[in-house]
Order: sequence, then structure tokens, then C-alpha cells
Amino acid sequence: MIVSRREALLGRVLLVVLMAVTIVPFISLFVTALHPGGTYPQGITWPEDPQWGNFARAVEAAQMGKLLGSTLLIEVGVVPAALLFATMAGFALGQLRIRGHRVLLVLFLLGLTLPFEGVVIPLYYQVREMGLLGTRWAIVLPLLGLYMPFAVVWMRAHFATVPAELSEAARVDGAGLWQLFWRIHVPLARPALASLGILLFLWTWNQFLLAIVMVDDPTRRTMAGALGAFQGQYGTDIPLLCAGSLLILAPTLLVFFVFQRQFAAALLAGAVKG
Amino acid sequence: MALLTRSARRPARRRAAAWAGWLFVLPALLFYGVFVLRPIALTLQYSLYDWNGIGLARFVGVDNYVRILTDERLLSPILHAFELIIFFSAVPVVLGLLVANTIRGIATTRLAGVARTVVFMPQVIPLVAAGIMWSWLLSSTGLVNQLLRAVGLGQLARAWLGEFDTALPAVGLIGAWVLLGLCTVLLLAGMGKIDTALYEAARLDGAGPVQEFFAVTLPGLRQEIAVCVTVTVIAALSSFDIVYISTQGGPGGATSVPGLQIFYLAFSQREVGLASALAMALMVLVVLVVLPVQWVTRRGEE
Repeated sequence: MIVSRREALLGRVLLVVLMAVTIVPFISLFVTALHPGGTYPQGITWPEDPQWGNFARAVEAAQMGKLLGSTLLIEVGVVPAALLFATMAGFALGQLRIRGHRVLLVLFLLGLTLPFEGVVIPLYYQVREMGLLGTRWAIVLPLLGLYMPFAVVWMRAHFATVPAELSEAARVDGAGLWQLFWRIHVPLARPALASLGILLFLWTWNQFLLAIVMVDDPTRRTMAGALGAFQGQYGTDIPLLCAGSLLILAPTLLVFFVFQRQFAAALLAGAVKG
Repeated sequence: MALLTRSARRPARRRAAAWAGWLFVLPALLFYGVFVLRPIALTLQYSLYDWNGIGLARFVGVDNYVRILTDERLLSPILHAFELIIFFSAVPVVLGLLVANTIRGIATTRLAGVARTVVFMPQVIPLVAAGIMWSWLLSSTGLVNQLLRAVGLGQLARAWLGEFDTALPAVGLIGAWVLLGLCTVLLLAGMGKIDTALYEAARLDGAGPVQEFFAVTLPGLRQEIAVCVTVTVIAALSSFDIVYISTQGGPGGATSVPGLQIFYLAFSQREVGLASALAMALMVLVVLVVLPVQWVTRRGEE
């Protein structure tokens, strides 16, 4: 491509500005977290005496151990089941093309842009009737339903690209439907599954509305839900709040950096989810 | 010949697998039905009643909807949501286009690769954390005011999220920050798919950078722009986390948005019917805004 030197330079400058705008808030959060508790530091200033202990204080004040345990329980309840159900449905819609697969696909597409606020009220009463209010099931079960439109559409897109001849060949070799699915198609779907799994993991970690509606006790919520409660309790202690926020967002960044390759593709393709 | 046998064989096989295939969809369909489709129907039903969530519900027809349209306290959140579209959607998409177009030429360099990773960071952190982060940046002693003072605009310094005129744009700024990176990277990826011959042809025809942008880049990005608009508009209309954390809808309802109002009406004021009507209105709004965008892109492709 023909690019003049001036354009290339301008591009570099813009990129650096964009990166700075992205990173500076994180830096501000970090240096503020190092100031003495209860103070209101001016903008970004490196503290004279960095209070690394603030992170330990935040771990204790937010009961970080319990939070982490709770979130992981919710993740374990949501992610594997969502992956399994979506893969099965995607397989039936995209590869088997069962009778009515178009109608079913449209039905799932309908839910793709649904704002959670639209259904949170009946969900609350439904979960209350089930006697699950205040338990982690109150977050896990609705999320499984709410993730289905995106997850099924995502997996269907994968299975629609796998040649049908593969299934035919396996059938000729005597594979049953379940074997065909489990032995042939699931291993091939691994990249699609990995991306979806990472997205579902992050969305669950970051889920806020359901967490604060369904569960009063912050130590039984998702990380984001617990952070909301933490802000309510320690909102005036800015350094402590910053330290707590950093601790809760750091794992999401870690997951992102480790699984970057799958992630960028997933986020771009998965961007249709609201 | 091979084609013939295959097409003749397939329907029989399909029939045999029909019921078994449905079993594969069943779990997903069950969860989707119970936790999404049924609740949508129930939201519609609740929206026609006056109900406090505990006692008897009284059928009131479309009264709740009429109240939304006539009560300032209920209508203004919807208007705010539309104002937020400017910040959540227009700013990231337009700015994203400008930035992506400028860095297009160096998209393969190492700097661009690093930037691609970095600008995604706001996308992966909880919106709650973004809200807390920016509440601090925009506070009276925060970085934004510090920068203003540093460049001699100290008289502009204020508590951005706390004042009537600036609170909503300040909330919008947080959304723009979260979404800008996503749009930029998405658009950059789209630009990478445009045939470079088109650019060369445009240059040979004597097109300047501006003409080139409108003649080659913009038409080539229809799909990506549609995705950006869809995602960001939905984020604006259904915003909740950022507002709940940074302003709680204040000052004096200046940043109240539908998501927040639904939450307060349903779970603290116990006006379940009214909250449900607002929830219906929100869902309809999202569909009304998203469908035309999808339609325009589909039509453009044909």
C-alpha cells in the first residue's frame, strides 16, 4: 500500500494517543490505590510513601477469598453447561439441519439483542417462586438461558461450515448420532468452543445487574456484583476503593492477555451481543 | 451420478435423525424458554397491571404506557438514553473511523499490533470497575481537573458527575472510553479486508485522502460499521452498570436511564407494573433501532 511518510507518522502519533487515553485511567487507579487510606490525592501523583498494604486491606475488607470462591462456583455452574448445551444445539441446527432448524435459528436470533433489564423483573419473581432467591442458582440458571441466543448462534455458525460429507462418512462407518457428535464434531469445534468459553467466563465475572437483584449477600455474588457492594461500603475511602477495583479487574485482564489470540477474534465476531 | 445418490439418500437419513436431532436442541431451548421467552411474555403481562409485587394485581390496560409518555420522571430516562447514543455510539464510531483510517497504512507494524491489544482493555474489565475508575478521574480532585488546571483552564474544573449540565455528558464519556477501542479495532480489521487495488486505482485517478476515504474506505466498511452501531447503540439504550455506579441517576434525575429506572421502580418502589411497561418500551426501542441498521446493511450487500 502506498502511504506517504507524513501519513504514517500521523498514524503512529494517533495510535500512541489512543493507547495513552486507554491506559492512563488504569495508571490513575493504580497510583491512587497507593495513597494513605481516606485521603483525596490530586489527580495522578506518586505518593511519598506508597501504601502497598492497601491491597492487603482491600483483600480483607472485601473478603476477597470468599468472593473469588463464590465467583468461581458461579463460573463452574455456568460456563461448562452453557458450552455443552450451545454446542449440542449448534450441531443440530448447523450440521444435522433438523426439521425446523430455520425457525429455531430465528427464535434464538430474536434474543440476541435483548437487554437484560427487559426480563429481570419476571426473572426475580420466577426465581423467588423456585425458592432460589439469594443463592448462586439465582444467577447461574438465568444466565444459562440468557447466554443461549448468542452461544447457540455462535456454535451454529461453526457447525454450518463443517462439510456434511464428514458426518456422512462417519455414519457409513457405523457411528451413532451421539458418537458422531462427541467423537467427530466436538474435537473439531475446539477453537470455536475456546473463544466462546472465554467470552462466557468474562461476561459471568462482569455480570452486575442479575447479581445485585438476585443476591443480597455480596459474598455470594459475581465479582462485579460484589464490587458494587464494596463501593457502597467503602465509597469514601478512595485509595481502598481503587485497590479493591484493581484486584477485581486484574484477573479479567490476565485472562485477556493469556488468551489474546482467541479473544480478539471472539470479541470481534461476538460483538453483536449487547 | 454421485450427486444424485447423495441427494436421494439424504432425506431418508434426515427423517430418521429428526427426533433424535431435536433432543440436541432441547436443553438450550428449555433454558432459553424458561429464562428468556417466558419472562418476556410475563413482562408484557405485568406491564398491563398495577401491582406492588406482593398483593393483588389490578388490570389497568395501557395505563402504565400512558404514564410513561406523560410523566416527566418516566419519559426523561428514555430521552437521556437517546442522548447517550451520541456519546456511546456516534463518538466511538466516528472517532474510530478517523483513527482507523489514519493508522490503516501502518496496520501491520508492531506498534499497531500492541495498540490492538491495549485498546481492548476497557472491553474486558467489569463496567462497574470502569465506573469507579472514571468517577475518581472526573471528581473534583481527579485527573481531568488536574489536567485542566495544568493547561490554564482551571476555571472549568468542577465535579463533572455532580453537576446538572455536565453529569450526562460525563457518563457518556465513560461509555465512549469503553467502546472506542472496540470500534477502532473492528473497523481496522474491516479495512484490512478491502482490496488494496481499489486504493491504488483511486490514487491513480487522482483522489485525495478525503475522496479516497468516501469512495473506497467507507463503502467497504458497511458491515463493520453496522456491527459497531448495533453494539454501541444497544450499550447506550440499555446502559445500567456505569450509571448505577457513577451517579445513581443523579443529580436530581439528570442521568436517569431506562435500565436504572426499571431497577428502582421494580425493586425499591415496588411499582412492578410500571417498571415492566418501561422494560417493554426499552426492548421495543432496541429492536426499532437495531432492525433498520441490519436491514440497511443486508440490502446494501445484495
